[in-house]
Amino acid sequence: MSMPQTITEKILAAHAGRDTVVPGELINVRIDMALANDITAPIAIDLFEKSHVESVFDPEKIALVPDHFVPNKDIQSAVQVQAMRAFARKYHIKHFFELGEMGIEHVLLPEQGLVLPGDVVIGADSHTCTYGALGSFATGVGSTDIAAAMITGETWFKVPESIKFVYHGRLRKWVSGKDLILYTIGDIGVDGATYKAMEFTGDVIKGLAMSDRMTMANMAIEAGAKSGIIAPDEVTLDYIRPRAKRPFECYTSDPDAAYADVRTYDVSDIEPQVAFPYLPENTRGISTVGTVPIDQAVIGSCTNGRIEDLRVAARVLNGRAIDKNMRLIIVPATPAIYRQAMAEGLLEVFLAAKGIVSPPTCGPCLGGFMGILGPGERAVSTTNRNFVGRMGHSSSEVYLVSPAVAAASAVLGRIGSPEEL
Amino acid sequence: MKIEGRVWKFGDNIDTDVIIPAPYLVTTDTGELGKHCMEGVDATFAEKVRPGDIIVAGKNFGCGSSREHAPMAIKGAGISCVIAESFARIFFRNAFNMGLSISECSGVSQGIQEGDQVSVDQDTGEIIDHTNGKQFFANPIPPFMRELLEAGGLMSYILNKRRT
Repeated sequence: MSMPQTITEKILAAHAGRDTVVPGELINVRIDMALANDITAPIAIDLFEKSHVESVFDPEKIALVPDHFVPNKDIQSAVQVQAMRAFARKYHIKHFFELGEMGIEHVLLPEQGLVLPGDVVIGADSHTCTYGALGSFATGVGSTDIAAAMITGETWFKVPESIKFVYHGRLRKWVSGKDLILYTIGDIGVDGATYKAMEFTGDVIKGLAMSDRMTMANMAIEAGAKSGIIAPDEVTLDYIRPRAKRPFECYTSDPDAAYADVRTYDVSDIEPQVAFPYLPENTRGISTVGTVPIDQAVIGSCTNGRIEDLRVAARVLNGRAIDKNMRLIIVPATPAIYRQAMAEGLLEVFLAAKGIVSPPTCGPCLGGFMGILGPGERAVSTTNRNFVGRMGHSSSEVYLVSPAVAAASAVLGRIGSPEEL
Repeated sequence: MKIEGRVWKFGDNIDTDVIIPAPYLVTTDTGELGKHCMEGVDATFAEKVRPGDIIVAGKNFGCGSSREHAPMAIKGAGISCVIAESFARIFFRNAFNMGLSISECSGVSQGIQEGDQVSVDQDTGEIIDHTNGKQFFANPIPPFMRELLEAGGLMSYILNKRRT
């Protein structure tokens, strides 16, 4: 009988040309996609060019997405995108996304069918772990890793141990994938899963839409994890089938696979979550937040910029206006989501509520542009990090929430639940 | 290889946003990045630091984004080595790949004080605080990562391999 394995071990073994792998061993794996953005690609491009290698390993397995400081926020960021564009032309990179087709990378790649179940994906962006929601092994690496992978088509990994998270019970009203992952990070801490794979399982996960699953896998890095993963099921296949343009393989964990830890949550007890500054682990239930006045709300990012997120926000904002002391910025993550939101009348709801709608960009999430906070200002945000100075001045504050809570807070002028409206 | 320098202390969970804030990610120049190193926690750090100085920090150093600009900024500021109780995964990987010396060692955040003179022997893992006489041992570097270091980083390693 073969050794029982987790989904993560099976995917890594298949890409290492092996039957099995064990946690802790160093392996070399073949990659299905290497990704970089306008911050991380320029370093990888410099290193690639200095290597004097004449071609990339496969021009169809590299994705270059200028999304962080795009539309170019200044001359320097324009220069960085120019370098990406020139590199993409020179080496015939198939998946370079020009403005108009460009979206936030971790929303765009699944939407375009470029990452599939069973894949190994590396990205020079820490939120590359998002694609684990599709049943792939996906992890963030640095620019040097991408430069090397563009040459060899391979990368090295230490096989991670897995932690199994089991969610059961009934979700309360307004509780989303964002609340589940914030609650989990609050439980295990920002280094609670360092070097490990977080495997999300249970009836509650089976009942979640792909958008919520991607939100959960997306924030695995905020617990220090190497990856987050959810075994593919019918929900996954419904999402993948119309998008996939190449074969893919669905793996699942063996029932007796070994885990470093198993944590079980009854979600019936979980209310909408708020992560206070300055770490994503500083979570509280919405009923215990107290009065926290805010200046700005941001709804978007690779964590919560999908059409389902915008629908929830619009449901809360419909027929209402934001507090007169508030600014509300909505960032649809891709052009397709933008058009869908327009077709469904969501943009009308946002504008009528006195919000503004930004083009797809990572801008505000990392304090790049398009919504920088001044000294002492506070924001609620559906993004993923609330570190010191993350969205602007070092004395500003970011509170991480779901789209429902962000929208409700924009109306209330303080952090609050849609139930209070 | 032995490194010796004066210590700058930082706490737990020092993230890549405070090591090099996002507005500076519009350059790939190590020296330029170095001018803003640790600006998110100490705005005057880059002015105070002397070439060869050492950073000693708590747990989960380098958490957050995958930006290689973080180890680049630390190197660009003249820091010779980062010693921490533990490192976040991507930062750890990046440091080896681009050649910033790092040591994972428990007890240092209590046992070493700011301004102490500390030496790090990378071959044996021995860390000595010459100011208070305390001795520590860093976690051993896995053989493959030692190979990476000896080759001069990941790029030299894979290019050497291609040539043979």
